[in-house]
Amino acid sequence: MNNENLAIMQVILNNLDIVFFIFLVFLGYISGTIAEKNHYKSIKKREEFLINIPIVNSGDFIEESKEIENIYFVSGSCVVALDYFKMVFAAIKQIFGGRIQSYETLIDRGRREAILRLKEKAAKKNVDIIINLRIETSSIGQNAGQKRGIGSVEVFAYATAISYKK
Amino acid sequence: MIVTNIPLVPGRQIVEHYGLVSGSTVRAKHIGRDIMASLKNIIGGELKGYTELLNEARQEALVRMIKQAEKLGANAIINIRFSTSSVAQGAAELYVYGTAVKVE
Repeated sequence: MNNENLAIMQVILNNLDIVFFIFLVFLGYISGTIAEKNHYKSIKKREEFLINIPIVNSGDFIEESKEIENIYFVSGSCVVALDYFKMVFAAIKQIFGGRIQSYETLIDRGRREAILRLKEKAAKKNVDIIINLRIETSSIGQNAGQKRGIGSVEVFAYATAISYKK
Repeated sequence: MIVTNIPLVPGRQIVEHYGLVSGSTVRAKHIGRDIMASLKNIIGGELKGYTELLNEARQEALVRMIKQAEKLGANAIINIRFSTSSVAQGAAELYVYGTAVKVE
């Protein structure tokens, strides 16, 4: 019995890098899934809460009949990163091509979070409408500039917020 | 200072143009944040350190642009645009530009 245990320990110690890799993938899978679920829950809740502020990406959406009280510049940004499991999964998926869902949800989360932050800032100033929204996406982190792998993505959203005279 | 990203100041008349104003800053992440970020890369989610860093940097670029416009005597900047480019490994340049104008 003792010998068997020793033998197993020996195998694990000999393949420590593989064991570590599997551990990282496992850890990434669990924490990544939980983080994504929680993030989506909070995004949906806040989106519902802020739905009464209209947001458009056209610049000429100003009502001529109303007098303008204040104009603000508002922005919001967010950096989101892939977890280890998704990174490995995406690398495997890249061999076969096709849709990489883990990247899609990552960038979707980043965009919605950035827009929500912008809206939250605007909501504090009691604005009536947000116009000319622009979104900029860039990949940063160690993988920036490399062909393969996103690693982390920065989303920056900026717009002009307007409040009318009541 | 009124800052907008549309080519006009809603509800006000532009009386004078002063031309292009811009502000930029080059930022590198420091190593502590880098280590934290690479650890966070295992479990995924938001990298708060980077978000903060980039926010600060953009704010600084904006402030520089506003200062330049103030020097010219403008009281508004219209049509501003942001651009980000990585100039070296681990460093990014944040650039903001717009048109300085005077409104009523």
